[in-house]
Order: sequence, then C-alpha cells, then structure tokens
Amino acid sequence: MNQQNDVLLEVRGLVKHFPLRRSLKQVLQGQRPAVRAVDGVDFFVRRGEIFGLVGESGSGKTTTGRTLLRLDEPTAGQIIFDGQDIARLDAEGMRKLRRRMQIVFQDPYDSMNPNMDVFSIVAEPLRIQGLDKDPEEVERRVVQALEDVELTPAEEYMYRYPKELSGGQRQRIAIARALVLEPDFIVADEPVSMLDVSIRGEILKILMRLVKERGLSLLFITHDLALARHFCDRVAVMYLGQIVEYSDSNSLVKRPHHPYTQALMRAVLSTDPRRKHIYTGLKGEIPNPANPPSGCRLHPRCPLATDLCKQQAPELTEHAPGHWAACHHVERSLAQLAEQRREAAGSAG
Amino acid sequence: MGRLVVSDLQMHYKTRKGNVRAVDKVSFTLEPGRALGVVGESGCGKSSLGLTLLRLLPKNGEVVGGSIRLGDQELLQLTDEEFRKNVRWTKMSMVFQGAMNALNPVLTVGSQIAEAIVAHEQTSKKEAAARARQLLEMVGINPDRYHHYPHQFSGGMKQRAVIAMALACNPQIVIADEPTTALDVMVQAQVLKAMADLRERLGLSMILVSHDLSVVAQTCDDVAVMYAGRIVEYGPVEEVFTNPLHPYTQGLTQAFPDIDAERAPIVSIPGTPPNLINPPAGCRFHPRCPLADEACRRIDPELAEKGRAGHKVACLKVSDDGQAAEVKFA
Repeated sequence: MNQQNDVLLEVRGLVKHFPLRRSLKQVLQGQRPAVRAVDGVDFFVRRGEIFGLVGESGSGKTTTGRTLLRLDEPTAGQIIFDGQDIARLDAEGMRKLRRRMQIVFQDPYDSMNPNMDVFSIVAEPLRIQGLDKDPEEVERRVVQALEDVELTPAEEYMYRYPKELSGGQRQRIAIARALVLEPDFIVADEPVSMLDVSIRGEILKILMRLVKERGLSLLFITHDLALARHFCDRVAVMYLGQIVEYSDSNSLVKRPHHPYTQALMRAVLSTDPRRKHIYTGLKGEIPNPANPPSGCRLHPRCPLATDLCKQQAPELTEHAPGHWAACHHVERSLAQLAEQRREAAGSAG
Repeated sequence: MGRLVVSDLQMHYKTRKGNVRAVDKVSFTLEPGRALGVVGESGCGKSSLGLTLLRLLPKNGEVVGGSIRLGDQELLQLTDEEFRKNVRWTKMSMVFQGAMNALNPVLTVGSQIAEAIVAHEQTSKKEAAARARQLLEMVGINPDRYHHYPHQFSGGMKQRAVIAMALACNPQIVIADEPTTALDVMVQAQVLKAMADLRERLGLSMILVSHDLSVVAQTCDDVAVMYAGRIVEYGPVEEVFTNPLHPYTQGLTQAFPDIDAERAPIVSIPGTPPNLINPPAGCRFHPRCPLADEACRRIDPELAEKGRAGHKVACLKVSDDGQAAEVKFA
C-alpha cells in the first residue's frame, strides 16, 4: 500500500488502565477495578502532519500521549512507529527510539530542573543518549536547537537558569530540548495553554515552521477545539477514553457528526459580542472513568440516546471520505446540526 | 446602590529595584447592574486593579494616588478595619481563578457559605444556613448538597459554590478574576451562565478580569483593554471588539481565532509587555507597534473619546473622528 509509507505512527486498540485499590469484597469476587483512562483507541499520524487530540479533562488525551512514548506502560494494544511495534520493545530498544520521539509538556515551570542552566537542560537528552562524547558537537547541536526556537543569539541564553526566563522563553527551551535529538515525532501536550495569547502565537508559529521545514510529525494535545481547528491538519475528539470522531480539521468543524463534537463546538464561546450565546446543553459532567456508562459512553448525557445506545457501543465508521464517527444515530445527529444552524442563522439575522 | 467611580488610580509595588507602576492613572465608571470586562496580557495590571479595588494587595503594594468612590463614599479614606467591616463581602466581593481550591476540605460546602454570612452579619446560624441553601440553588446546585464536602463536588460545582459564597452578603459588585480559566469549556459555559443569570436576577454589577476575549465578549457590557498599567481602549464591548481602534486591541482580537472562521494561520503580537519599573517613554505600546513613529516615542497619548459615543482610545494614530489604520499582525 502506498499510504503505508506515508504513515509514521499507527495506534491500534490502545488501552491504558490504572488499577485502583481493591476492597475485600472485590478481591473475593475477583474484580479488578481500574480507571479506564484510555480504552481502545485507534488512529494514525502521517509524516509531516499535525494531528490534534482534543478532549475535556478526564478524556484520556494526555494518557494517550504519554503511553505512545511509554512514559506510561500500555495495558494493551499496538503502537507501530515506522513499522516497529514499540509496545514490545525492551528498555534499551525504547531508549534508542526516544531519539526519534520526544514530548513537550504543558508546564514549562515544572518540567525542568531549576538548578541546571539552559545549556545543560538542552544538552541532557544528548547525554542520556550517549551522544555527548564530542563537546564541540554538543555545543553545535545545542546552539542549533536554541536557534530553531528563535532564542538568538543562543549564547545569550545558554548560561541562564530557568528562573531568569519568562514563561514563553521556558517553553521554547522545552521545545529546544525536544528538538536537540532531531526527532521525527513530537508529542506536544497543551504546550501553550499556560501562555498569554501573544506568546502562544509565537510558540505555535515555531512549531508550525518546524513541521513544515523538517517534515516533523506532531501530536498536538489540547482542550481547545478552536485552536485545534486552526492549527491541526486532522483532529480526533476523545470522550471518556475513546475517540468519538476524527477527520480533517475543516470537515470536523463544518460538519461535526457526533453529538459530543457538536456540543463541544457549541460550548466554545464566540469572540463576537454580537453573537451572544452561552451553550450549556449537555446534561451534567464527564462520568467517572473508573465506571464508564454501558454502550455508548455519552448516552446518559446525549439528547439523541435510545435503548440501542445503552446496550451497544457504536464502532468508529467512515461516514464521508476520511471522516469517522462512532454514533448509532449519525443521520439524526446531522439533522440536529442542520436544525441548530438554521436557528443560529435565524437569531443572528 | 451607587455607581463605582475610579479616577486616576495609581498603585505601585515597591521593590528593591524600584517602583513597579502596576496601575497607572486608571479611570472608569461602573454603573449599577453593568458588567465591565478587563482584558490584556499578563503583567498589564488587570489583576492588580482588582486587588487594589478590594484592598487585597500584598504588603509591598501601595495606592499612591487617585480615588475610588462607591456611591458617595470615598473608599480610599476608610481604614482597613472599616473597609473590612463595611465594604468587602457586603458591598464588593470577589471570585478568583482556582478559588474552588480554597474551600476548606474538612468542612461541608454549605457550612462554609453560612460561616461567611455569620461572620459579616447579625444573623442566627439557622437563618444563615437557610440563606446558604438558597444561594446554592441560585447557582444551580441542589440545596440538599449543603452537607456535602468539597471533594464530593466536581470542579465546576465547586467554582459555582465559591460564587454563591461571594454573594453571601448581598454585595452590589462582584469582582471576578479569571473565574473560569481552569475549567473545561462545557463547565465554563455552565459557570458563566450561572453568573449571567445571577447578575440579571440580583441586579449585580461585575468587573470581570480575563485574558480570554471570548469570555468578556459573551458576558460583559463594557470592556477596558489594559496595557502596561493603563487603559488603552474602553467602550461598549460590541463597539470595541468589532471596531477595535488601538493597535494593541486589534492584535488581541486577531490573536483569538473564531472557531467558525476558515482555517487561518495563528496570529501573535511580537514582543512582551514592558517592565513597569521603567516603562517606555511616549506611548507604552510603541516598541511593539507596527504604526509607531517618532511622535509615538515622545508623546504619551491620553485616553479620549473618539468617533462613536463612549468609545475611548489612547493612540496618536487614531483620528478624532475615530478613523484608525488597520493593523495586520502575522
């Protein structure tokens, strides 16, 4: 298959459960309670693509990202990176592979050692990978990484400490640290959610440029659907450990098929004060992932739910080219969308 | 109920390196029942403004000039004791970002609200408890949850409970600083909706400090855009957000992509807000402004009404009839 070459990372049936403490009764009954953070997730990321993983807190998006790099060990499933199933790699194999897969965390304050200077922070991955034998080469690569994130001249920043830098500068250091090994794939977990708008834009532009110039692939994890819509090529929406819908970002916002995606979109507040509307449609909040609802996990909150939804979990199905959704009632859902849009247009006019 | 009139308010943080002019000659009027949004980047003084109004400044923060009048009372003349007894909670109260984490984990939510009432008013415990139940109901929480502990509440419910607490002593004005910033979109919508309903029912005035333009667009009547300790643009939110005149406001509005818009490159305003110990001469935005010229480096523009009624802006490049060059940030 031609497309196969195009795919850098493919995830099949990924599961990550965090076991909970068992009560005596549960031990006697042989039950194994667990938080089902990620519960059967399939997707792929192409080379040179920005793939967005969107969801609310508790949807499993962060755990999915961590599991891909085996920062959390997957409970089940396959993670195929460039043809190799990394879920089966031993520690040494994984250490080698981390040259090609890196992660940037949400909080640049928390993710770096305050006692290390910028040079040591950015050079650390080289040291861990045993690539620090030649000091000149180390310096060359650190300078390059700092210039890649537009901290220039690099010499001005190299010997400073995290506390002397602004939040935006720290996040750039975190990205430089991820780049220094020249990876093919970066997981960016809410990299801009703690930053101000203007700084946010600069960080996103740096990431976008790296993707374009280097052919990097980026898994961009965010709670912000509006941001994902503009920044990502394709977007998957997660709810309670599962992907409920994915497609290219245009198609996703123009024609969201799943009732959850529709609700998530309507809940995004408009920046246009002429369109005043605060949507509080879905009942309640995300249920406890230790005890998810039967059937379709959205059913207790979904306005379209029927008995079928209570009993049977819907499968992800392709409804339009490249546009997948897991819902028993896609036609009713699209009709509901059309109705909402008519109403919105009516009230705006 | 009186209006809140803030004039030429100046607040400095004293540091070893010098005075940080966090709030610098800020003036605005909040009419009863109105909601004013305060937007800007971190470090522009918007949170400091809220803390100044409520006298919750850290030790090194000091009001060095101006006036804060509520009705016919000058609040700056009150002693701390008078302010605590007669103003905070009872006339002006507050909700902070992450305030939900300030709930005491070993007391029930309802008793904490009742406690706030008893601490400020001459009421019996029983009456206070009844009011606390009412308040919970007002923010959309079943009053039967009075006896539940904070850990039994979700994040959104805790934040709504904190709002109920802010309303415990029937204040006229609520100052909310990033009240929904840590919440998920759907929960944010529920909290904002609860706040909007309350405002309508109780005729509250509100000052909402937020970095998020969409929150202000959806909940406020007026907006003040702050930059480097100053208000640089002010007016009805519809007017300011749809016809932004100041280059900084134009940048902010462009930096917030609308989900319904076609896919577009992300926009940013290059640079960062200045150090307020030694802010730039002339217009404080000039080092970041694509329109800045020699005059902008020299002359400090005044906030003045230009063009449409109520729309004030502090920019030399905006003509007196409200014509502004369109600034495209990339």
